Amino acid sequence: MNSIMPPTKLTAKDFATDQEVRWCPGCGDYAILKAVQKTLTDIEATPENTVFVSGIGCAARFPYYMETYGFHTIHGRAPAFATGVKLANPDLDVWVVSGDGDALSIGGNHLLHLLRRNVDLQFLLFNNEIYGLTKGQYSPTSRAGTRSPSTPKGSIETPLSATQFALGAGARFVARGIDSQQKQLPGLLKRAHAHQGTSFVEIFQNCIVYNDGVFDDFTAKSVAADRQIYVEHGQPLLFGADNNKGLRMNGDTLAFEVITIGEGGGCLEDVHVHDETNRNLATMLAQMSEPGLPVATGILYCNPAPSYEQGLAGLMETAQSSGDINSLLRHGHTWTVD
Amino acid sequence: MAANTAIQKNLTKTTTRQHLDSAVVRFAGDSGDGMQITGGQFTLATALSGKNLATFPDFPAEIRAPAGTTFGVSSFQINFGTKTIKTSGDEFDVLVAMNPAALRVEIKDLKIGGIVIVDIGAFSKRNLRKAGFETDPLESTFLGRYRVIKLDISQLTLDAVADLGLSKKEALRCKNFWTLGYVFWMFGQKRQTTQDWLHSKFATREDIANANIAALNAGHALAETSEVLDGFQGYAIAKAHNIEPGLYRTVTGGEALSWGLAAGARLADLKMVFCSYPITPASPILHALSNMSEHNVVTFQAEDEIAAACAAIGASYGGSLGVTSSSGPGVALKGEAIGLAISTELPLVIVNTQRAGPSTGLPTKTEQSDLFQSVFGRNGDAPLVVIAARSPADCFDAAIECVRIATKYMTPVILLSDGYIGNAAEPWKIPDFDDLDAFPVTFRTDPEGFHPFARDPQTLARTWAVPGTPGLEHRIGGIEKHYDSGHISYDPDNHQKMTDTRANKILGVANDIPEQTVESGPNHGKLAVLGWGSTFGPISRAVSNLQARGVEVSHIHLRHIWPLPRNLGGLLGGFDRLMIPEMNTGQLLTLIRSEYLIDAQGLNKVSGQPFKIHELEEAIEARLEDVK
Repeated sequence: MNSIMPPTKLTAKDFATDQEVRWCPGCGDYAILKAVQKTLTDIEATPENTVFVSGIGCAARFPYYMETYGFHTIHGRAPAFATGVKLANPDLDVWVVSGDGDALSIGGNHLLHLLRRNVDLQFLLFNNEIYGLTKGQYSPTSRAGTRSPSTPKGSIETPLSATQFALGAGARFVARGIDSQQKQLPGLLKRAHAHQGTSFVEIFQNCIVYNDGVFDDFTAKSVAADRQIYVEHGQPLLFGADNNKGLRMNGDTLAFEVITIGEGGGCLEDVHVHDETNRNLATMLAQMSEPGLPVATGILYCNPAPSYEQGLAGLMETAQSSGDINSLLRHGHTWTVD
Repeated sequence: MAANTAIQKNLTKTTTRQHLDSAVVRFAGDSGDGMQITGGQFTLATALSGKNLATFPDFPAEIRAPAGTTFGVSSFQINFGTKTIKTSGDEFDVLVAMNPAALRVEIKDLKIGGIVIVDIGAFSKRNLRKAGFETDPLESTFLGRYRVIKLDISQLTLDAVADLGLSKKEALRCKNFWTLGYVFWMFGQKRQTTQDWLHSKFATREDIANANIAALNAGHALAETSEVLDGFQGYAIAKAHNIEPGLYRTVTGGEALSWGLAAGARLADLKMVFCSYPITPASPILHALSNMSEHNVVTFQAEDEIAAACAAIGASYGGSLGVTSSSGPGVALKGEAIGLAISTELPLVIVNTQRAGPSTGLPTKTEQSDLFQSVFGRNGDAPLVVIAARSPADCFDAAIECVRIATKYMTPVILLSDGYIGNAAEPWKIPDFDDLDAFPVTFRTDPEGFHPFARDPQTLARTWAVPGTPGLEHRIGGIEKHYDSGHISYDPDNHQKMTDTRANKILGVANDIPEQTVESGPNHGKLAVLGWGSTFGPISRAVSNLQARGVEVSHIHLRHIWPLPRNLGGLLGGFDRLMIPEMNTGQLLTLIRSEYLIDAQGLNKVSGQPFKIHELEEAIEARLEDVK
């Protein structure tokens, strides 16, 4: 190879390309780009070993802005391309960037199988609950009643939960973040990177043009503290402006209910402690969206299992790259003509 | 058994076998009767006895179609002989019909005076009715033109394995080996390879192996000791004497293609990543390669056809040789991804084992109707290279050629095989891998002056820089790239330039492939027959038969479908008439007419069956009549 040595410590700027970023001003993607660049700096990623793969959509432009290797592919299929990259070279550090239409509509099948196989890469789903690049049609995560050019009277469909989908598909790492949470996001991405296997991260991302404010019901400053819960492994599930609200498991309904510490008999001991290795718990956290329960962010689930690459390495272990083609052509029955 | 053997020896006839140059045998039965295994074992024994051969497995799409039905008939045909064999044969000398349905479906192609062996044990009223016989054909004049050997194979098999402790169901499964033993005797073939095969196949079920061998021996013994037909003392076919010396084996197209891809990847010094989704009749390639990890082959059974293509392209982007394989319906799904490989100029081999279409069509029947799909079937101006294999063994060379062009020109290459050559077997003189020319790939490592679409001025191929290489970090995608930087560009003039460059790169491949030669006959004259792909065998035989009768006709056979060989237009212009036989409704015909403005005429057949030699001979003669 070549003798260029990377500087000992790269900065976020070193991961930015000279290409003009073409997202709409105020788009949530800018914040995520910043968080990813900071993450790569923090983990001391090497640009030449890092690959960003994307499909189609606003989010899919992401690789053009990363000073790493990048492959902008076709709609919905980024998981399949990324799998191929890893089959060729399992040592590469691969990140897939996708959106709600790309990952859950046209590419739902590929995401399902990526997660099931547990290919070792990071999958970032920018969920803005709308089709941006095609000018504002409803997406599979749009809420029922969403008015859009293709649903002028409101969507009649039930939205899909990205994190529940991921857990259902067998994901071993499921996290959720919000574009505006610059404090938490790099931490989540670092954990995602450290996880061996497919790390699925849903990021609520505001589309300022076609779906502005769609997450305000839990991200607006005035309500965020009471409508969100940031979960941490081993910590009680507490939230609220005064951090005095907690989630208690109701043994009859097998569902969470909100209690207030010191009110109506609510005490800290009753608050459920987060265990990120518990899939049932993760599923309950993922499905909290109805009014009265906060929206969970943080690492909902992390429970490593052997990655696809590990399985493949086992299969290829006995393989010698120099297997003799002549013996391949001559195995079985042959005969000689004199 | 020992006692029986002694009796057989006493009864062994002094045979004077009738010598034949070649013979065609067709085994036909229910799809659960094991006819494909029977044919495969007959093929192996024939090959090892030093004869030329060609086979044609012909089976239904259903794994176990309802028993006794005409649509559930599974057949295996072999043509073998002393002379050079080019097809599986127009008509059979011997037909084995394991039930009335097989007799009903296959009898039309038995030669007049040919031998038909029927298992009367399967000729129940119910089976006769299922096959559409009002009356028993064995009792009527239905078989009047043929020599009929009636055997209760079911009962004879049960008798042969009676002492071996099998259930009746298991015992009846040995019927096909009983029959094989019988037919082995008819042609003086040895049983040893089949016995060895049974021992290894049923290594863990010795009782099954022994029962099948007992049935095989019993069938052979009965043929040897009984009066098969009045005066019939068996056939003898001498070893082929016109075979080039060397080491031989039989190969199917699927095997040769798989090994050719592996050999090509080795010659390119690349790991192969083979990504596929199961589909008839392409799956044998996936199966073969899945067992070749020691040859640096990674296989990936994707979740669908699209993912298979995309993963293969991802692998090429990552620095391996990405290969995807399917049949027409699957290739249709891969279309958008292939367009991306064209736009990003990545090497990719797409294998299409064609089947009869449109849509699901006839999955197990052969056709050549994906030529348009291959050359034209994508959105935008999306040129790539198309190569067609002509025979099972030729799949090896064709696959290597695809890898060479894909890596040298940074382009997708479609390799066309079809259901016929994919499943058919022929003897193959095994090449020495060390004699093949290597074409090792060199990845770009020098950052000086690098951009991802920097081109080789000769081939116009872009540089191949793979992730993991310091200093060459870059982004590529399906959006148009600027010619001089590789960055996204919406500039109209640049799009014109890039479109022209992509087209010229592919057209330039014509300078890197052999000039078209004439397969047989003069290189100008009254009539040329132009073929491609698996019609090679029948066209070649038909033309040589006519030439032997003094007819002036030439045979030209294309391997390179796109780009066409650089001298093809001139060569075709030297003939008064041009006839293009194809198993489609005229796809190469349209291409040739549009490329060269030649008034070529088609001969088209889409019955799911390969051309018969006599069909071609008659059509060629009729065409020559027109000229007069």
